[in-house]
Amino acid sequence: MTDLKLHNGRVQVGKIELEVTQKGSGQPMLLLHGGGGPLPSSGIVDQLAEQFEVIAPTHPGFGNTPRPAHINSIDDLSYLYLDLLDQYDLKDVILVGFSIGGWTAVELAVKNSTRLARLMMVGAVGIKQGDRETRDFPDMFAMPSEELAKIAFHDPSKAQIDLTTLSDAELTAIARNRESLALYAWEPYLHNPKLLQRLHRIQVPTHVCCGASDGLVSPAYSQGYARLITCATFDTIAEAGHAPQLEQPQRFVDWVLAKLD
Amino acid sequence: MRSWFFTETAYPYLPDDSEFDSIRVKLPNQIYDPVKGADLYHRYIDEWCHADQIGLDIMVNEHHQTATCMDPAAPIMLGILARETKQARLLLLGNPIVNRRDPVRVAEEMAMVDNISRGRVEVGFVRGVPYEISAMNSQPVGMHERLWEAHDLILKAWTTHDGPFNWESEHFHYRQVNIWPRPYQLPHPPVWITALSPGSVARTAEKNYVAATFLTGFEKTREIFAAYRQRRAELEQPCNNDRLAYAALIYTGETDEEGYAGAQKLMWYITANKVPPHFINPPGYASVEANVQMMKNAKGPYMFGNFSLETMIEQGIVFAGSPDTVYKQIKHFYDQVGGFGHLLIMGQAGFLEHEDTIKGMDLFAKEVYPRLKELNISAEAEA
Repeated sequence: MTDLKLHNGRVQVGKIELEVTQKGSGQPMLLLHGGGGPLPSSGIVDQLAEQFEVIAPTHPGFGNTPRPAHINSIDDLSYLYLDLLDQYDLKDVILVGFSIGGWTAVELAVKNSTRLARLMMVGAVGIKQGDRETRDFPDMFAMPSEELAKIAFHDPSKAQIDLTTLSDAELTAIARNRESLALYAWEPYLHNPKLLQRLHRIQVPTHVCCGASDGLVSPAYSQGYARLITCATFDTIAEAGHAPQLEQPQRFVDWVLAKLD
Repeated sequence: MRSWFFTETAYPYLPDDSEFDSIRVKLPNQIYDPVKGADLYHRYIDEWCHADQIGLDIMVNEHHQTATCMDPAAPIMLGILARETKQARLLLLGNPIVNRRDPVRVAEEMAMVDNISRGRVEVGFVRGVPYEISAMNSQPVGMHERLWEAHDLILKAWTTHDGPFNWESEHFHYRQVNIWPRPYQLPHPPVWITALSPGSVARTAEKNYVAATFLTGFEKTREIFAAYRQRRAELEQPCNNDRLAYAALIYTGETDEEGYAGAQKLMWYITANKVPPHFINPPGYASVEANVQMMKNAKGPYMFGNFSLETMIEQGIVFAGSPDTVYKQIKHFYDQVGGFGHLLIMGQAGFLEHEDTIKGMDLFAKEVYPRLKELNISAEAEA
């Protein structure tokens, strides 16, 4: 296991205090979470930690983590995680990114993929495929929460959270996640116009997947993304929406293991 | 006390609100009839000109993608009024400089109208209501910082007279800022900034700008004005009442009944504002703490509920009745909040027709305003 020199679950990367969950041992696997917030430290993290050294940071501003003023773009996050890989001299890393974490992973890989063994993208955003009058993604900030739940989940009942059962700290995390997602992804909406022309720089084996019922990042978008990356594979995960790792954790882990087999 | 006549220039001819889910952002403009709209524009301009003729000052504002306000470009309206009016001060409250991507253009517009009006312009800067975010695709996180950066640039553009200066900052990039014309007033037109909470007025107070608050009622207005005064006191600087402004729905009738009837029509401002939560509370607009409270209470900003006219009068959000009644309500409010120097009259809304609007303005100007002016003189004499 890499000695990350964690203090209270946080490491210092340059001037940034980064919250990290670290579990298991073996080939390093960096998990970059999506706009909904940090991955629960149980569930898939535990399962993957049986075979890999899982390193799952929280993007600055999400959860209850600090965000320095100069960190305000996915580009910034990609440099932060490149610094993290350098700082601990991590090699042969399996980089897994969900949604905007997938976008971050792609931004990282086009800059420098020498420390990567694989790139795995789950419902990843980041490029513009449609024309200027066609949104690639529904405007999630301009719809009622019930409608968002319908398009983001295969089974929208799984999106129901009884806010009255949550502590102030949990509600604060929800509010900070929502604000941070807007900061990183408001404009251009969920993409970097430059990224499409840089995808050829990804020279590691890449695997793209998405929930078969993902209405936020459609399977057609994910498949199109995979076609634009050299030798990338594409799969869908049945009975899952935008977060297969939450809605179908076993199928998701099976997919990861099958691709790495 | 100065009094400023304001109408938000609504387009009120809408289908029943059960037929749409938002009056803002999404309402299709096929509902808007340009022939009726043109008539409304001329009518609203006539009402502002009437304000000028009876000794009231004038306030205009702007909103976007909404039937509640037909003026998405307030500097254009201000330009018309600069030419059409003779005496009134012309307040634009305000320029949504957090959403305007070219602050230098704002500096130019205001300087130009200041010249046309021969120095009658007062320039408001606002963060803008949350529903403007979608209409402008404006980044909702960090708006406070962006407002003050745009402000700094505009002020420098107004007050630099020896050729171009450079501005390369977090949000704005210019290498040759050198506006023509420069403002008519020296060093620049008076500046106003809106305040919705006590926490947001400190910097306005530091600059000695006018802080204006809208429909905040007794308690919150008192808190906001007190925060402004406190900051001035901390700086060991004076704080005149003319640094503080309050906007209310106001209708003056010959009798209380007539005043209430007029005010009932002004309530359109509140009752017509049907907006779903995702446009009321975009991410980042309200603080994390405020969002936590909203999740706990299921109540957001700009949610007045279905308050009756009586309740709104009790809360100091509406002043209405006969001239005596309106004077007493305003005097009481003035005393309760520690005094203020500007009354912003939301004096027309929805289906309050032209004749009734004029009648309410005339009664206010003739029967109420002279007493308010005395009120201020006596307050200054005591101070």
